[in-house]
Amino acid sequence: MLATSGWIDAGIINAGDGTHEHPTQALLDAFTIRRRLHKAASRGKGLDGVTVTIVGDVLHSRVARSNLWLLTTLGAEVTMVAPPTLFPMDMTGWPAAVSFDLDDAIDSGPDVIMMLRIQQERMNAAFFPNSREYSRRWGLDDERFARLAPTSIVMHPGPMNRGLEISSAAADSAASTVLEQVANGVSIRMAALYLLMSGDREES
Amino acid sequence: MDNTATRYLIRNASLADGTRTDLLLFGGRIQELGTALSHAGATVIDADGLIALPGLVDLHTHLREPGYEQSETILTGSQAAAVGGFTSVFAMANTSPVQDTAGVVEQVLALGERAGYVTVQPIGAVTLGLAGERLAELGAMATSRARVRVFSDDGFCVSDPLLMRRALEYVKAFDGVIAQHSQDPRLTEKAQMNEGALSSELGLAGWPAVAEESIIARDVLLAEHVGSRLHVCHVSTAGAVDVIRWAKARGINVTAEATPHHLLLTEDLVRGYDARYKVNPPLRRREDVDALRAGLADGTIDIVATDHAPHPVESKDCEWDAAANGMVGLESALSVVQASVVDTGLLDWRDVSRVLSAAPARIGRLASQGRALEVGAPANVTLYDPAASREFGRDKLAGKSTNSPYLAMTLPGRVVAVFHRGTATVLDGVLRAPAELGGREEPHHG
Repeated sequence: MLATSGWIDAGIINAGDGTHEHPTQALLDAFTIRRRLHKAASRGKGLDGVTVTIVGDVLHSRVARSNLWLLTTLGAEVTMVAPPTLFPMDMTGWPAAVSFDLDDAIDSGPDVIMMLRIQQERMNAAFFPNSREYSRRWGLDDERFARLAPTSIVMHPGPMNRGLEISSAAADSAASTVLEQVANGVSIRMAALYLLMSGDREES
Repeated sequence: MDNTATRYLIRNASLADGTRTDLLLFGGRIQELGTALSHAGATVIDADGLIALPGLVDLHTHLREPGYEQSETILTGSQAAAVGGFTSVFAMANTSPVQDTAGVVEQVLALGERAGYVTVQPIGAVTLGLAGERLAELGAMATSRARVRVFSDDGFCVSDPLLMRRALEYVKAFDGVIAQHSQDPRLTEKAQMNEGALSSELGLAGWPAVAEESIIARDVLLAEHVGSRLHVCHVSTAGAVDVIRWAKARGINVTAEATPHHLLLTEDLVRGYDARYKVNPPLRRREDVDALRAGLADGTIDIVATDHAPHPVESKDCEWDAAANGMVGLESALSVVQASVVDTGLLDWRDVSRVLSAAPARIGRLASQGRALEVGAPANVTLYDPAASREFGRDKLAGKSTNSPYLAMTLPGRVVAVFHRGTATVLDGVLRAPAELGGREEPHHG
């Protein structure tokens, strides 16, 4: 709304609006996936055929929404996994598969598994019985982590609840991109600011 | 000058049934009907091409005074009503102090009389302070000079089933009605918009249809059980229409209203985050709009009521979550009804006079209003030009607030003249000044 209001002529970057979207997080996540998969040859490549499973509080997640639109635009296949209470009510228009079963999702061998943070306040609002049950059914624990293919990538936007949605072994493993996501976030946001203020290269 | 002393001859108007007639208004009543009436001593109004409707009655208006005079006063709200073709409004109880005692409802009544544009009929709160805990003094309000018959905690739902049962039972003593704001509070915590595909995409907290429908289902069964009268405010979902249709078929004494905005607008408008479209209950899906129109056409929904809810700019010119719920609607109501259900062939003008005048007056037990245009009836008359078409701008608003969802839209029709008990409040589409009404015009905070 701000961008179209006519009140200001400055450029505007959405740095995350409520539970709607977080575009620069999606950009840094897509960038991180591409770097991991294609290494030095990643420039200009899409994510065609890459399978991404996003797990957790989709209902309240701006990260999940922005990743859905960007990753599918780049050609990835997205599956979302959550307890039914933490999905939005109507996802018929979303280009994503929906599942309540994390074990099924793990066994389908995703290239990327992205764990979302469970906020403390959800625990007192009857979205799920308690944190232990959540962790047992929807957490990436050591046993589930061991079943992932050795080439799979484990992502998390941070900050993490270790032992709740992700175990320390998974978070600190070689498969984890958590620290790369943080570092890439700086580059991506610098790039976004630079392009916004200077115009893109083709036009200038 | 006392305007009831003015004799008005309305020439060649069409009644709602299509009959052409002159109307002679004098002494606050319709003195004569017929063709070619004598115009001796009368101010003549050429009504060729205009429809004469009984003065409109709004069962659901927020006038904001006492307490929220930055949004509206009883005077400015009365003026907005007159410009919209109304001769009576029922003033909702969520003022500050709340209209929950005989003293406050009498104050609102007196301020309405002083303003003089419309009959202001106060609504009483069901519970003390709208808190949903203890019944307000319903009997005292009923026997006060304000003669309250409609009781509502509107803005809040009387969600406690036992309290709702007691309220329904209690008002039988004076032929009252409970007008329920049907919203399960637990199912709608922090709700921002209709729950569905769009709220899922936008990440805004949803207001599910079931939160409205489950309360209506409970309340019609309670009304049946205790044999009392229930009125359902601002029905907004297709499922709610079904529940009310079922209740009426069962013989339950329930009436229901739809707002103009729920008959015309859909939730897609939320996408731009313009808080003028934020309202409670929220704008719903196209299917819901269609079901409301069908319900109004088949009589399941008895009336149209505006839920006129003025808010100052600072309550709307902000982020969606922080914005207040509500839209102003008095000035635009008749045009929106024409656009949504008359021009679409669902209602004729007789139906319009029923849903916007006769039925709301009957539900609210306001005998002086909503009467057919007959000799001897109070001279509450609205002249309307259905052939007009106009861009609805701020200049069409007469109240204090500008939170209308219709600004910049083209709407059909135009209110040309309004007579309240024989006094012209609007002539040539222009609101008359307080001094011209012959009443005491000074605004007053008692």
